[in-house]
Amino acid sequence: MSAQKLHLTRESLLGLLHQMTRVRRFEEKCDELYQSEKIRGFLHLAIGEEAISTAVMANLTPDDAVVATYREHGHALVRGVPARDIMAEMYGKAEGCSRGRGGSMHLFSAAHRFYGGYAIVGGGLPLAAGLALADKMQGKRRVTACFFGEGAAAEGEFHETMNLAELWKLPVLFICENNLYAMGTRLDLSESQTDIHAKAQSYKIPSESVDGMDVVAVDAAAARAVAAIRTGDGPHFIECKTYRFRAHSMFDPQLYRSKEEVEEWKKRDPIPRLTNWMREAGMLHDKDIEKIEADVKDEIADAVGFAESGTLEPVSEMTRFVHAEAAP
Amino acid sequence: MSGEVTYRDACREAIRDAMKRDPRVFLMGEDVGHYGGCYAVSKGLLDEFGPERIRDTPLSESGFTGLGIGAAMNGMRPIVEIMTVNFALLALDQIVNNAATIRHMSGNQFGVPLVVRMATGAGKQLAAQHSHSLEGWFAHIPGLKVLAPATLEDARGMLWTALEDPDPVLIFEHVMLYNMTGSLAAEAGAVAIDKAAIRREGKDVSLITYGGSLPKAVDAAGQLAKDGVSAEVIDLRTLRPLDDETIMASVRKTRRAVIVDEGWRSGSISAEISARILEQALWSLDAPVARVCSAEIPIPYPHHLEEAALPQVPAILAAVRGTLG
Repeated sequence: MSAQKLHLTRESLLGLLHQMTRVRRFEEKCDELYQSEKIRGFLHLAIGEEAISTAVMANLTPDDAVVATYREHGHALVRGVPARDIMAEMYGKAEGCSRGRGGSMHLFSAAHRFYGGYAIVGGGLPLAAGLALADKMQGKRRVTACFFGEGAAAEGEFHETMNLAELWKLPVLFICENNLYAMGTRLDLSESQTDIHAKAQSYKIPSESVDGMDVVAVDAAAARAVAAIRTGDGPHFIECKTYRFRAHSMFDPQLYRSKEEVEEWKKRDPIPRLTNWMREAGMLHDKDIEKIEADVKDEIADAVGFAESGTLEPVSEMTRFVHAEAAP
Repeated sequence: MSGEVTYRDACREAIRDAMKRDPRVFLMGEDVGHYGGCYAVSKGLLDEFGPERIRDTPLSESGFTGLGIGAAMNGMRPIVEIMTVNFALLALDQIVNNAATIRHMSGNQFGVPLVVRMATGAGKQLAAQHSHSLEGWFAHIPGLKVLAPATLEDARGMLWTALEDPDPVLIFEHVMLYNMTGSLAAEAGAVAIDKAAIRREGKDVSLITYGGSLPKAVDAAGQLAKDGVSAEVIDLRTLRPLDDETIMASVRKTRRAVIVDEGWRSGSISAEISARILEQALWSLDAPVARVCSAEIPIPYPHHLEEAALPQVPAILAAVRGTLG
């Protein structure tokens, strides 16, 4: 843990802790709701990876844009999409942030410039570069943050986007959440070059690799990258080394990795890590944690209540919005 | 622009006009700038509008189509040019999984006002990876609109209407039409994209076609007239959504339908049209619906085989005579 960022204060660190805790507890609740069959379909939890979305979002303004993957509950939450809107979406309710139509993998919120969760690996990257192209052509000094896993680096769309983004100096921040497994295939079984950030460097994109289990390190890297992008420096790339503590989805028996490996990574859990560091620095007290946990508990209970009491979109409306509707 | 022009000129003028009308419009694709466009559609536009708005791209169909989607979602009105429909297969993920789904999947929060133009069809001996007619495939996809301009007026006028559409529109320009010449009114401009057109009126049989097959159908209708057969020629113009009303009105009148489609017969747009006629106008028919499509082979290189593989006037005449009994 390194406090290389000058603006780190007790308040900002508490904010990071609060966000990571929100995401963790929200996803734990989702897991529970999946077991009780309130949530169906795919459910991809990012438990263990919360430091990344938390730290990157802390460096964005409401004017910036976010593109994420199918493992994006945390990204949407930290970006500011209300927990109740996300939970209602998980329930497939019309009050959900995508009208219930997208579910866990396709959270959208125009109000938060959250351009969606995309479930074709690599498919969000060109789109993110396109958002950035539009900003650049319109003279807007905004940043598009694009999240994806290391599995995307094997897709052609990854390479096409790296090349285009640097060629055209687009204001996009690429954040690779490298959790070592593309579903169940370990990185070294699928990539000749396992150093993902080197791939971005090969396209001349300024790129660095950070400890994705260290929220302060990711925060510092994101701050540097976002500041550079805002000066017109073109794209930046951050590879965050991380680990998913849970299965890929709810259908995954995890035959491809050992329990020991998972336990080893849990020792680096970003939440206790920040908690312990703040305690040692005298910046965190029991009552702070109690307050965070209580606030989060209330927020999630409210979200579940909202989702439970939500309504289902009438079947008669199912065909709406394939195309835009004419203004009345 | 007036007097004798080509279809290519009309396509170019449509882009120029759109670029001048709306600063959000830009053109992006392989060789659209310095080369002037693979089919010379964008020749001269780089000099006129500069590299910011006439963007040469790397050979990254999925990449630049996806950039077009993102730019469209964020305030721009991109025209993406894909060199041929065969190359568009490299961009299917972006077109089908993203452009076509985002409005519905996001609960109407985001739309993709993107136009993708591409060349389609055979006739230039470009063999099996540059000659196919896959527009019918795209017409399968909810969320897309699929246009096939077959006249100078449509080449000139469909683009602007497509750019005004809040959702993705694909425009298929048949390679054999680019050199077609004719006159175009100086004031030619935007045209509707929601109706088929009757290109020739008739009462004995409906020839239903689009794109590069339209001139063949018109030619066939001319020959039939000499034999006393009055053929009506429908130019579909838009393959998705299909204009059932115009098709059925014609078929109910003529009581016979021959569909001419350069796509392959199996699972094709011609199959879709045939099914709709059976669903909606079966009791008006005096003969089974007939189809003239491409042979079910990858389009071959030699001229004689390519010609034999494609719908041609003699096959259309034979099909019509078959329906007349």
